[in-house]
Amino acid sequence: MEDHMPLVDIRDLKVAFDGVQVLHGVDLTIEKGEAVGLVGESGCGKSVTWLAALGLLPKKATISGQVMLGRDDLVIASQRQLESVRGRRIAMIFQDPSSSLNPVIRVGRQIEEAIGLHRGLTGKAARAEAKRLLELVEIPDAGRRLDNYPHEFSGGQNQRAMIAMALAGNPDILIADEPTTALDATIQAQILDLLARLRAEAGMAVVFISHDLGAVSEICERVCVMYAGRIVERCPTAALFRSPRHPYTRGLFGAIPRLDAGRERLKPVEGTVPEPGKMPRGCAFSPRCGRATEKCRTSLPILSRLEEDCDVACFHPVLEDAPRHSSRKSAEALSMLELI
Amino acid sequence: MFAFLLTRIFRALLTIVLVVTFAFVVLRMSGDPAQIIMGPDAPPEAIAAFRKNWGLDDPIWLQYLHYFGAILQGDLGISMRDGQSAVELVAERIPATLQLTIPALILKLALGIPAGIYAALHRNSLIDRMVMAGAIAGFTMPSFVLGLILVLIFSVTLGWLPSGGQDSWTHAVLPILTMSIGGAGILARFSRSAMIEVLGQPYIRTASAKGVAWARVVRGHALPNAAIPVVTIVGFMVGSLVAGAVVVESVFSWPGVGRLLVVSVANRDLAIVQCIILLIAATMVVSNFVVDILYGFLDPRLRSNQAKA
Repeated sequence: MEDHMPLVDIRDLKVAFDGVQVLHGVDLTIEKGEAVGLVGESGCGKSVTWLAALGLLPKKATISGQVMLGRDDLVIASQRQLESVRGRRIAMIFQDPSSSLNPVIRVGRQIEEAIGLHRGLTGKAARAEAKRLLELVEIPDAGRRLDNYPHEFSGGQNQRAMIAMALAGNPDILIADEPTTALDATIQAQILDLLARLRAEAGMAVVFISHDLGAVSEICERVCVMYAGRIVERCPTAALFRSPRHPYTRGLFGAIPRLDAGRERLKPVEGTVPEPGKMPRGCAFSPRCGRATEKCRTSLPILSRLEEDCDVACFHPVLEDAPRHSSRKSAEALSMLELI
Repeated sequence: MFAFLLTRIFRALLTIVLVVTFAFVVLRMSGDPAQIIMGPDAPPEAIAAFRKNWGLDDPIWLQYLHYFGAILQGDLGISMRDGQSAVELVAERIPATLQLTIPALILKLALGIPAGIYAALHRNSLIDRMVMAGAIAGFTMPSFVLGLILVLIFSVTLGWLPSGGQDSWTHAVLPILTMSIGGAGILARFSRSAMIEVLGQPYIRTASAKGVAWARVVRGHALPNAAIPVVTIVGFMVGSLVAGAVVVESVFSWPGVGRLLVVSVANRDLAIVQCIILLIAATMVVSNFVVDILYGFLDPRLRSNQAKA
């Protein structure tokens, strides 16, 4: 039993803003050292899940369920307990690196602050450690760059500095919330490589939140697909690419441009995500789903085991394998879900 | 940086010249000082002599050239009423004005900024609503109304404080309160909105996400950013230290620069009015200049722009 305690165990996590439910009971476990992708369209609850876990949502959010970190439930944890978890056990980096660093504080100082908090180093020792971290994230001339302000860094460098800051507390798990979305394609690839390398070196778990299946496949062994505040499919990355089972996931792959497909039109997922508070009674995807039946519109499919390691929340999962899909390499070159 | 300073100084001087010129023209066109100073019963010969004596018969552009030439030599003219140097007359009133405006400024800062920050941190709470209602009431009420209300309460009804004059420190209390309340309201509103804006920024979430305690996030990460817009307003208040008390000095019969201005305008004592306007323009321009420099200290993004300019 003790041996199998996951690093983080999220059970039935629900979040509502001003009474409008946006997260409808998410179950998710993260094992030590593994990399899990969280995929879905904007507003499906990927980020909210982890902001809720860390207590970073605004006060108007009501949260229920459990987020177990070891034996501690973060949902009921005190502010002080949360502060000792943030950055030290669970670190998080964000989508827009340029506005995620404080514009009036030198980059080095911001990293040193995290070092001071989590390792008790101050003064010269903290500065030396900040320099080491900046070097670790491959910022050239790190010693001098410590004295720069964020606006003197490029977007990619800011994200590297964010990562350095996140590493300052030697966290068990790094939540990367769309870390490459605001960056251009070549920089994206570099940041992904960096994350993969640091993960291997530090042995920390990574949760990679993205709407870019290609980027996710670069880093993650396992993928959870979210739709409208629920996980609808959960399986190993390879299996997901080989045979996506949920019609929504299938739709996501249909929207990926293929290098080997000639001048074929992309197939967008028709329609839009239902607004929170206006959810259909049954499966939230049913209004957009070609396979939906009466049952889908009236009752809610729960996430259940379909085949080995693969869970799907669908009454009519797609059982045939996907048409031989474009290679991972072609997928990762393009940020495709924005096309939906 | 040097070029930046140079253009700033040039612009500041230009502003002063424009203000002084405008005041000169408007004053000359708005009434005949000879008639007003000599009184309605003065014989025409006396008025003519007065006009000739003060150069009021010259064409306005010539008067302007004389005036401007004198300013450049440091001569701001003499009072048409009693022949005293305008600069001396104005200068001897400045301490009295500062006795009111400096404590009032300190009070505005001490009340307004903490109230605004507190309201922002407890947004939509009862206290936030009360602070904002008080702030709006404070800065929408004209100071003469507020002054009279305070006199009614503290002088007439309670009899605690004198309603006018300058005999002891108790005389300064009501004018200082009158001036502070509006400014504190403005500062509270500005600090609150600056703070709310900053608290919604991603870097605040980053600071929390890395484990910084909330009190330290507010102090170390939010306040330095929220200070930037607030400094503008404070600069404006510092700029009006010398001339910001016109109404209040009149209501409370306080012998400061503001009251001298009112009396001199009524008398068309041109040299004094012009001297005060020059003083007002200069203090405003200087404080704006200081604010610009201060921006550079507070905001490194501006600093690099200034260095490039």
